Amino acid sequence: MIQLVDIHKSFKNQKVLDGLHLEVEGGKTTVIIGLSGGGKSVLLKHMIGLLKPDSGSVIVDGEDITKMNDRDLNETRKKFGMLFQEAALFDSMNVFENVAFPLREHTKMTESQIGDRVQSRLQDVGLVGVEEKMPSELSGGMKKRVGLARALVMEPRIVLFDEPTTGLDPIMTEAIDRLIYESQKKYNLTCVVISHDLKSIFDIGHRIAMLYDGKIIGYGTPDEMKNSENPVIRQFLTGSLEGPISVV
Amino acid sequence: MGRVIAFFDRFGRSIFSALEEMGSMLLLFLSVVAWAGRPPFKTRLIIKQMEFVGVKSIFVVVLTGLFTGMVMTLQIYYGFRMFSAEALVGSTVALGMARELGPVLTALMVTARAGSAMAAELGTMRVTEQIDALYVMAANPVKTLIVPRVIAGITMLPVLTVVSVFVGVLGGYFVGVPILDINKGMFIKNITTYVSLSDIYNGLIKAAFFGFILSFVGCYKGFTTTGGAEGVGKSTTEAVVVAAITILLSAYFLTALMF
Repeated sequence: MIQLVDIHKSFKNQKVLDGLHLEVEGGKTTVIIGLSGGGKSVLLKHMIGLLKPDSGSVIVDGEDITKMNDRDLNETRKKFGMLFQEAALFDSMNVFENVAFPLREHTKMTESQIGDRVQSRLQDVGLVGVEEKMPSELSGGMKKRVGLARALVMEPRIVLFDEPTTGLDPIMTEAIDRLIYESQKKYNLTCVVISHDLKSIFDIGHRIAMLYDGKIIGYGTPDEMKNSENPVIRQFLTGSLEGPISVV
Repeated sequence: MGRVIAFFDRFGRSIFSALEEMGSMLLLFLSVVAWAGRPPFKTRLIIKQMEFVGVKSIFVVVLTGLFTGMVMTLQIYYGFRMFSAEALVGSTVALGMARELGPVLTALMVTARAGSAMAAELGTMRVTEQIDALYVMAANPVKTLIVPRVIAGITMLPVLTVVSVFVGVLGGYFVGVPILDINKGMFIKNITTYVSLSDIYNGLIKAAFFGFILSFVGCYKGFTTTGGAEGVGKSTTEAVVVAAITILLSAYFLTALMF
C-alpha cells in the first residue's frame, strides 16, 4: 500500500533519513517508534508528499508520489487523512466548520448532508454539542478528537497519526488509543502512527517499525519486537539508560 | 587576507540570500496570479478579507486622514499667507491628499493594522501545522489563504483612500474656513479648478498598488515563517518594515511616472 524505498533526506548538513526502506501493509496499523528528533515526523510527511526526499521513492498504491505534479499529488492526498501532533485545527473556524472543511472543499454535498456527516464523525469520537465552539475553547484531548473527526470525514483509506497521545493524561490517552483502534477496525483503515507511549504502541499496533539513525532497524509484530535481540530495540522498549543509545 | 576572504564570504552569502528571497517571492507571486484566475473563486473568503482590510480599517483611516488634512491646512496657510495666496490653500491640500498623502498614509496605516495581522496569522498557521493540514486536505493554501487577502488589499485600498482624501479635505475646510477665515467660495472653487479627475485616478491606482504590496508582503512573510513564536514575531516585524519601505520608495517612482 505504501512503500518507502531508499529514502535519503537531509536538512542543511544534518542527515535525517539515510537509505530508509519501509513497507506499510494495507488494512493494518503500523506504529513507528524511535528517539525524539530522530526523523519520525519527517518520515510521516514523506508519505503524504509534504516533504520530498533528496533521493528515493514513496510509492502509494503503485504510484511514485515523488514524481507527481501538484494535481496528481492532490488526488492521491484525498486517499489520506492525517491527525497532527497539536491537531492543527483552523483557529478561525469553529469545530463544525473544521470538520466540514474537506467536504466543502472537495464534494458537492448539500449543507444538510454535510451536517449529517459531520455529526456522525463527531459522534464517532464522542463529541456532541461542541460544534459551535472555537478551537481555543477546547482542551488538548478534545482538539485531538476533533482532529481525528476531521481526518476521517472524507472516509480516507489511509490515516496518519503524528504522536496522537503526546501531552495527554493516561485516561485521555486510553480514549484516543481506543478511538484509533475502533476507527481502524470499523473502516478497515491503513493506519500509520508515530508514538512514544509504550502501552499505546502494543495496544494499537499490528506492526511496529523502529527508526534509528535514519533507517528502519526493526520491523515486526508487537510480539516479535518485544522479543527482538537487537540491543537498540531492547533498550528503547525497556526505557533503559544503559545500552547503545546514549542520551546523557 | 583572512579578513578580506571573510568579508567577501559574508557579502556573497548575503547576496545569495537576497536573490533566494527574491526568487521565492517571484514564485509565490506567479502562484498567486495563477490561482487568482482559476475557478472556483473563494467568494466567501474574499468578502471576509475585504471586511477585515476595508471596513475594520475605516476608523483609523478617517482619523489619520482628518488630522492630516487639518495640519496641512495650518502649515500651508502660514506659508501662503506670506504672499497673499490663502485662497489656494484648499486646492493645495486637496491635491496633496489625492495624489500622495491619501494613498500613502492609508497604505501605511493599513500595513500597520492589516498587513501585520496577515503575517502574524499566516505565520501562526505555519508554525502550528495548519498550512500543512491544508496541503494534506488537498486544499491549496495559496488559493485559500493568500489570494483572498491580496484581492482584498488591491480592492479595498482605493476605497479607503477615497475616504481618507474626502475627510482630509473636509478637515482642511473646517480649519481653513471657520478658524483661519479663508474665503469659503474661493476655498471650494480652487479645489474644483485645480484638482482634475486624473489626479484622483492616479492616486487610486497608487492605492491599489500599495494594497497589493502590503497584502502580498504580509502573506509572504507569514507563509514563509519558521521557528515558532519567535519566528512569528520576526515575520510580523519584517512584514511591516518591508511593506512600509516599499510603499514609500515606490510612491516616489510612481509619482515620477504618473504626474
